[in-house]
Amino acid sequence: MQRRPVVHKKQSRDIFLFILGGVVLFFLSGMVDELRVYQGATIAIYVIAISSIILLTGYSGQVSLGHGALMAVGAYAAAVTRIEFKLPIILCFVVAVLLAAIGGALLGAAAARLSGPYLAGTTLALAIGLPSLANQFTVLGGEQGLLFDVGFPPLSLGEEFTQYKWFFWIAGLAALISMWIIKNILGSRYGRTWRAIRGNEVAAQLSGINIARSKILAFTISAGIAGLAGALLSMTIGTVSPSAFPLALSFSLLAGAVLSGLTTLGGAMIGAVVLVAIPEIADVVAHRVGSSERVTTNLPGFLVSALLILTVLFVPNGPVEQHRARKAKHLALKK
Amino acid sequence: MSLNVSNLTVHHGAIRAISQVSIAVPTGKLAAIIGSNGAGKTTLLRTLSGLKNPTNGSIMWKGEKIVGIKPEALVRRGISHVSEGKSVIPELTVRENLELGAIWRRNAKESKESIDQVVSIFPRLGERIQQRADTLSGGERQMLAIGRAIMAKPQLLLLDEPSLGLAPLVVEQIFQTIRDLTTSMNLTVLLVEQNAMGALKIADLGIVLNLGKVVAINHAQALIDDPAVRAAYLGY
Amino acid sequence: MDLLNTFLIGITAGTIYALMAISMVLVWRSTRVVNFAQAGMALLSTYFGYEAVSRLGSFWIALPVAMIGGALVAALVEIILIRLLVKHSSSGPIAGVAPIIATLGLLGVIRSISAMIWGGQDLRIVGPISNDGFTINGTTLVFSPLKLLILVTVLVLMLILSIVFQKTNIGLALRASAYAPEIARLSGIKVDWVRTLGWALAGAAGAVAGMFQTVNGNGTLSPDSIEFSLLLVSGFIAAVIGGLDSLIGAVIGGLVLGLMIAFVLMYVSSGLFFIAPFVILLTVLFIRPQGIFGAKAARRA
Repeated sequence: MQRRPVVHKKQSRDIFLFILGGVVLFFLSGMVDELRVYQGATIAIYVIAISSIILLTGYSGQVSLGHGALMAVGAYAAAVTRIEFKLPIILCFVVAVLLAAIGGALLGAAAARLSGPYLAGTTLALAIGLPSLANQFTVLGGEQGLLFDVGFPPLSLGEEFTQYKWFFWIAGLAALISMWIIKNILGSRYGRTWRAIRGNEVAAQLSGINIARSKILAFTISAGIAGLAGALLSMTIGTVSPSAFPLALSFSLLAGAVLSGLTTLGGAMIGAVVLVAIPEIADVVAHRVGSSERVTTNLPGFLVSALLILTVLFVPNGPVEQHRARKAKHLALKK
Repeated sequence: MSLNVSNLTVHHGAIRAISQVSIAVPTGKLAAIIGSNGAGKTTLLRTLSGLKNPTNGSIMWKGEKIVGIKPEALVRRGISHVSEGKSVIPELTVRENLELGAIWRRNAKESKESIDQVVSIFPRLGERIQQRADTLSGGERQMLAIGRAIMAKPQLLLLDEPSLGLAPLVVEQIFQTIRDLTTSMNLTVLLVEQNAMGALKIADLGIVLNLGKVVAINHAQALIDDPAVRAAYLGY
Repeated sequence: MDLLNTFLIGITAGTIYALMAISMVLVWRSTRVVNFAQAGMALLSTYFGYEAVSRLGSFWIALPVAMIGGALVAALVEIILIRLLVKHSSSGPIAGVAPIIATLGLLGVIRSISAMIWGGQDLRIVGPISNDGFTINGTTLVFSPLKLLILVTVLVLMLILSIVFQKTNIGLALRASAYAPEIARLSGIKVDWVRTLGWALAGAAGAVAGMFQTVNGNGTLSPDSIEFSLLLVSGFIAAVIGGLDSLIGAVIGGLVLGLMIAFVLMYVSSGLFFIAPFVILLTVLFIRPQGIFGAKAARRA
């Protein structure tokens, strides 16, 4: 009986925090240069994509090595809708989410009976195979891909408002809204069901949970979110092509999710920032060391991979969770 | 005293499973360890065989400290542990399961001789020697598990609930075999059992554990005659 | 004639995938880890082989060099990385994902280090015999002496591996440690070192796969080459198709994959090169979610 007011208060506080976060970000975007704004957009996109992995893997326990492919589905859906049907941008994004979600549902249905490495293998094969399908169908633009043009920022925002800033605002807004939605989903009955399945599938089944349906639902939602991220990514690049969604992208998303803490939605920012920052840092380091071109091109990859190994070994549940656990341990020992 | 446990304390995470237990078992004697579920019996055996590390205390075997030594090394020092329930590998044949027991000796001739010896103790295994272990009945699997332990030519045999899930007639057979082996091979045996009466009847020594502590150590017959033990564990 | 060619191409490619799949199954069975870095380790071993060839001039010496190098690298990885991994992350949501991430990270590390040392140059390994097709009655098959050699070598290797596993003591120890590590320990087997051995064998098998994959193609060696990516993916997919627990499954999975890809490319469309493995995989897993020879229940210690 006491619960209702508490829930409402927490929700209001969260809404406030999100809005505050949004306002802060938008002010920041006015203060930094174009490159940072572009990176900001990329970070926002990664945040969305990483949270889709956190939902799927961290919460429902299903490993996907193929979210890059799902992003591609969303991107192509948005681009084709824009080109063939000339719908307004926001509808294109909606279509992206829906189509990707359908793809996720299909994949989830196929994957519901699979576990662990078998699931990983299937998604891996998908990640490699799906983007190349685009080469088969001319409507999908083949190798060079399709143009995806979201148009210029509205004049009401003033002459100074650059294209990149516009991207950042759209991506940032999408990120805030998605995180809000995901947070609520994860906190809901569905989120609890997923955690139950992840913890002990047999026990969950015995409690009456329909495992297959829950898993498929997780895949569907996760895919829809990834589709949104894919469409946004294409927005920032300007085109959709198979080469924008290589296998490495799927691996990066998984890496980012681990760096964030697989079960910590709030940590998604950390992973996203790391993924964007590492190539920069690597560049700086490489130029400082002043070594050959061979070293400089490969240093970013080396750093990300090494960081990944170290994280998984020493901070396996992510920095946020690790910190919480340490605090809890201190409190327990004090008693 | 070939086995000397002193002040042993073992934790499972935050839970204390064994509390300052001290036991001495003479060479060549069979000690029955009884107690209700959760008393720490299995933990005790697992600590003795090196699968678990104690938080405190010492274990002396043949005059040497063995705490901290890995299980595979303890096998070479003569300790064989037949763990509860799952001590055969179902995907391997009976012969392969047995060979496993002697594998560390790296002596094919000795291994064959040992297999013959085991088969003479458990003829049923001989009949099924080429079959996969998952085709064996519960009783036969227990025989196989014990057989494998014997293949290592142990001096200390740790048996965890060998009678679990077996029919009474089979249980009798197995207990009798254990008794015979103890005598004929001069083994020191620790027999953990829920079947307290059956275990005490073949034992020389009885140890009662409750909630991780030793509540009684005595000659087996004395425990059988003890009214408190009778009431708590022997059912009459 | 096309049919025969396609079949032979598929079989040859299939045996190489089978080798990669064998190495993945060896790793899975000894440590319950899917090693995504397996192909990276194969690549590194192939670079060792390249160094040997360029200094000593003989492919036949280079092959064992690559195998030994591969075995050593794999053993080192197991000792340093995997033991730590198992210790630190065997529970919680990360448990299923951790080895995947760690080995993916390892793949990236090996690939970038290889690129830093050998990248950007045009390195080639030339096979020991000709890769020109046999000519029978005036028609030239795609099948060549080299492909025949690969086929024979891989079959021999598989035979040796099965003999080792089924008939020797060390094979028994390997199997026992994979099925039931605790019982193996209690039988006096040094399970930790047996696991390292499993990895070393896998490393050697991967090295052979890498060397053959390189000479079977156009001989170029590069971290970004198609052959390398192919090895990476097909090894894993073949292992999954066959059922990760089974060495025979690995062989069959590899052959099935190789043959089906060859036939799809020939008779359906060459553009479906990348989607074909996915469809094949889905079909197999749909019928049998644990792979053709996979075990149904998870093994417990």
